[in-house]
Amino acid sequence: MELNFDIKTALTEHERASLAQETSRAAGKSGLPVPPAIVPEKNLTAEQWGVIAFLVSEVAFFGALITAYITFLGADTSGPKPGEVLSLPLVLMSTALLLASSGTIHLAESLLHQGRARQFLYAWGGTIVLGIAFLSATVYEWHELIYEHQLTISRNLFGTTFYTLIGFHALHVTIGVILMLTVLGLTLFGNLAGKNGPVVQLVSWYWHFVDAVWLVVFALVYVIGR
Amino acid sequence: MLNLLVLLADASATENLSIFDPASPSALSIRSLSILVAGISAFIFVIVEGVLLYCVARFRRRTAKRGSEPPQVYGSTSIEIAWTVAPALIVFILVLVVTRTLWDVNRPHPKPVAGDQTLFVTVIGHQWWWEYIYETYDGQTLGVVTANELRMPVSSPGVDRPVYLTLKSADVCHSFWVPRLGGKTDLIPGHPNEHWLQTDKTGLFLGQCAEYCGTQHANMLLRVVVEEPAEFERWLANEAKPAVEPAAGEPAATGRATFLGQSCVNCHRVRGTPARGSVGPDLTHLMSRQTLASGMVPNDRENLRKWLLNPQQVKPGCLMPAFGLTPREFDQIVDYLVTLR
Amino acid sequence: MASVELKTSPIAEAAHVAAPSLWYDLATTVDHKKIGLMYIGMALLFLVIGGCEALLMRWQLMFPRYDFIGPDLFNQMFTMHGTTMVFFMGMPILIGIGNYIVPLAIGARDMAFPRLNAFGFWATLLGGMLVYFSFATGGAPAIGWFAYSPLTERTFARSAATDFWAMGLLVSGFGTLTGAVNFIATILTMRAPGMALRKVPFFVWTMLWTSVLILFAIPPLTAALAMLLLDRNLGAHFFDVQNGGSAMLWQHMFWFFGHPEVYILILPAFGMISEVIPVFSRKVLFGYEFMAAATAAIAFISLGVWAHHMFTVGMSRTLDMFFVISSLLVSIPTGIKFFNWLATMYGGKISFESPMLFAFGFLSMFLIGGLTGIMLAAAPFDFQLSDSYFVIGHFHWVLIGGTIFGTFSGLYYWYPKVTGRMLSEKLAKWHFWLLYIGFFLTFGPMHISGFLGMPRRIYTYDADRGWEIWNQLTTLGAMIQTPSYAIFVFNIIWSYWKGKPAGNDPWDAWTLEWATTSPPAAYNFEKIPEVHSRRPLWDLKHPDDPDWKYEDE
Repeated sequence: MELNFDIKTALTEHERASLAQETSRAAGKSGLPVPPAIVPEKNLTAEQWGVIAFLVSEVAFFGALITAYITFLGADTSGPKPGEVLSLPLVLMSTALLLASSGTIHLAESLLHQGRARQFLYAWGGTIVLGIAFLSATVYEWHELIYEHQLTISRNLFGTTFYTLIGFHALHVTIGVILMLTVLGLTLFGNLAGKNGPVVQLVSWYWHFVDAVWLVVFALVYVIGR
Repeated sequence: MLNLLVLLADASATENLSIFDPASPSALSIRSLSILVAGISAFIFVIVEGVLLYCVARFRRRTAKRGSEPPQVYGSTSIEIAWTVAPALIVFILVLVVTRTLWDVNRPHPKPVAGDQTLFVTVIGHQWWWEYIYETYDGQTLGVVTANELRMPVSSPGVDRPVYLTLKSADVCHSFWVPRLGGKTDLIPGHPNEHWLQTDKTGLFLGQCAEYCGTQHANMLLRVVVEEPAEFERWLANEAKPAVEPAAGEPAATGRATFLGQSCVNCHRVRGTPARGSVGPDLTHLMSRQTLASGMVPNDRENLRKWLLNPQQVKPGCLMPAFGLTPREFDQIVDYLVTLR
Repeated sequence: MASVELKTSPIAEAAHVAAPSLWYDLATTVDHKKIGLMYIGMALLFLVIGGCEALLMRWQLMFPRYDFIGPDLFNQMFTMHGTTMVFFMGMPILIGIGNYIVPLAIGARDMAFPRLNAFGFWATLLGGMLVYFSFATGGAPAIGWFAYSPLTERTFARSAATDFWAMGLLVSGFGTLTGAVNFIATILTMRAPGMALRKVPFFVWTMLWTSVLILFAIPPLTAALAMLLLDRNLGAHFFDVQNGGSAMLWQHMFWFFGHPEVYILILPAFGMISEVIPVFSRKVLFGYEFMAAATAAIAFISLGVWAHHMFTVGMSRTLDMFFVISSLLVSIPTGIKFFNWLATMYGGKISFESPMLFAFGFLSMFLIGGLTGIMLAAAPFDFQLSDSYFVIGHFHWVLIGGTIFGTFSGLYYWYPKVTGRMLSEKLAKWHFWLLYIGFFLTFGPMHISGFLGMPRRIYTYDADRGWEIWNQLTTLGAMIQTPSYAIFVFNIIWSYWKGKPAGNDPWDAWTLEWATTSPPAAYNFEKIPEVHSRRPLWDLKHPDDPDWKYEDE
């Protein structure tokens, strides 16, 4: 399987020297000033910058949701409180699942890099499974919160901010899973077979980001906030 | 002086709400700051716009055809530093002046003390009227509730009679702005604010709500009546009394019965009667107010009747519905209300 | 990436080949030039609509206690006017010009993500349509363009109009965000060989920083809108004060977006002016590095000034001072830019064709708007003037005096490149003077009625307050301004058919977009040029004295 990373590199010493020679030879003829040789810069690809820019906007987005959560922490005078209803064991497990998925996606990337296509698919698939497991744990948690503790988005401020923050994060996990399934499908049956290196890297950046956001959310909601 | 000129521009202007005609120490402090800041801005304007106009005049291309290019100047670090440092100095000066004025104007509220000649009022903003609860005056607890016109005692040389307002809202955001008495402070539901007024001029000071609060935001007018302490105390004493009880057999007595039998009592309070609603303005001493509908129309029998007949005609969108009573019922109620001095 | 086709200009195309219908072409295009023009066209349409909304308000305020349109409609008008002008006119027109010009100016064939680009446009248009669809609920929202809660909660704003408004802005926000992502990726990776980041045309530099601001500013608005929709439709309590929610949270979140937003609206105008002034003064931009650093400083500082819109909400004095200081600080880099523009003109050979005429309008007016901004930054002064007509005067002064004049300067400058025709200078002068005078007369009196105590957003006022004459002057000014826009629209249509042919480089300019045909071919450049300085065409025209000898490496 061929990799197709699109990173420009600097010219070698030899290349630079011969380029300079050429230009001065050409200019010497007319007597006009000669511009210095153009040295290509090392840079990320457009897609990489695009994803980075997008992730910056996501930081701003989650920052706003987190600010709202912090604003209302402890402000409730009625209804379920975080300490009363949040189950740490369950969430520790789902956090472990998500962290593991970051590990598997990292593994998948390096397997791809080494050209081990089949193993890549397993690791990639594993990531998807772990992502879905995380979402299932969230669904289970919410079911318990709603039916056993009567905590809904409208119950009190904790309900409002909790479901919004966790919900938008879960939405981002879901989008990640969909992205990974798409890459899987296109790799197996579609256009990406053999050249999915760049896309895999970009999706893994996104996935790691979603994980990092979860660590912050987890610390805030389940540790500090409780 | 500038004020006068500006106001004279409009022939029908009889009221002065200019921020440059301060009637309180707060407004005066702000005016001083404003003049300084405006002066600095004007100075900057004259210089920069001057350079701009000079460039336009002096360096205009004279010939239509393009000749040689003028000398290309790429930049100058020392000039850049100069015109960074100069504005920075101006900013520094402004920060100092603003700090002083800010501390001057935003005064934390003291606690009421006997003999302090200080009035404490809680202002509650409603969609589209003002509720005033006179909490304490001169250290004495009051609990007088009125609406739409704030009364306060005037200060005299050596005797400050400040009024400390606690601003709250019953619904949406509002803002209390009487320009000649100072800047504005918002009324934010869930977030009580403090504001203070003080003046050594008697008279009427106008303002209005300055935070868009819905349909009739434009007609949530403010009237602050400043009077001599003796007059103010008389008014306060009257307000503290329960409502005037009409003598039996007078038209007002029938009116009172009609009034109490209608849904008026669900929204309005008339102390001394079973009417204990708190949604609308307190009517106990309705006739001591100069205007109706939060400053919109003079308070007289004619307007009162029009208001009762159909509030939506006077203040479309206001929260008081037209009740569709018979003309006689309206007249009776009006007969009663006009006795509520 | 655009494919290399052998067709030339759209005009030539229309003459030769039976191309697919224009509507199909526009609906499916991913070409940055067409998308740019669609953004501009959409913005001009919303400009007219927003302008009509303004005129309705102005007529209502002509006389005290006038009954032309009642409070309900008036309140809807100021809500829609503000929303329309900011989101569906201001940002789109700048993003549209950026879309068209940036790839050309950096020597690229298209934006980095052409399909995402198309998505951005359609999302913006869809958002606009959603917002206007609110009229179908029985009336547009009457909440003001900054929609303070709890007025926007279901209790006080019962109809679905507010939901359409929020959804529309949410959707168009995605469009704006993808546009920013596109600009960043394009500017960072698709520059012509030799065009280091510190050598890009100044307009490109400002578009880069505008896009960075968008990344930081738009998502908090998106989050706030989502929270509002949750409050209104799922019973959440973010801003629902009656149940513990916070009105202040909305204000902080909105203005955290709202202030950078106005810098998003001004930075591209700064960029366009920075292209025009050098060319029409025949001098290189003075102090490019300092201008560039000032741009970055403005972007950065603008993220920390938001609560100067909230001086009257009862923050502590210390917090007030923080925002006083940050707001005053932003005037320093802004001043630096101003002085650099003047230094560019100084010693030059200035000619006042239409782009420079509007650049002059920008300079003379933006200065005043900036200064009234400094006045408002002095918090106690703001205690008086916040929420008064003075503020309306101030922000229209910077938005029209700054953004609009700057935009017109850019439009007049680049129109020949886009169409291959020159705009009529005669009509341009009529446009300029009517706009300049009308604008002065519209917004100047507002400063006066402001310090005479007139608050914003009131549908009528009492005669005895002395505000009548100033309102009438304002309305008169609006009526003088209005035909100027009509003249502009007429000019751009008439000149498309009848304008003098422009050629590649009618202004004798120095940046890459002038090195290709007017209009450019679909592929922009036959051969991607090599660049050694900030003014590649200056180097070509003056090979004996090229810029790169003088620019710091």
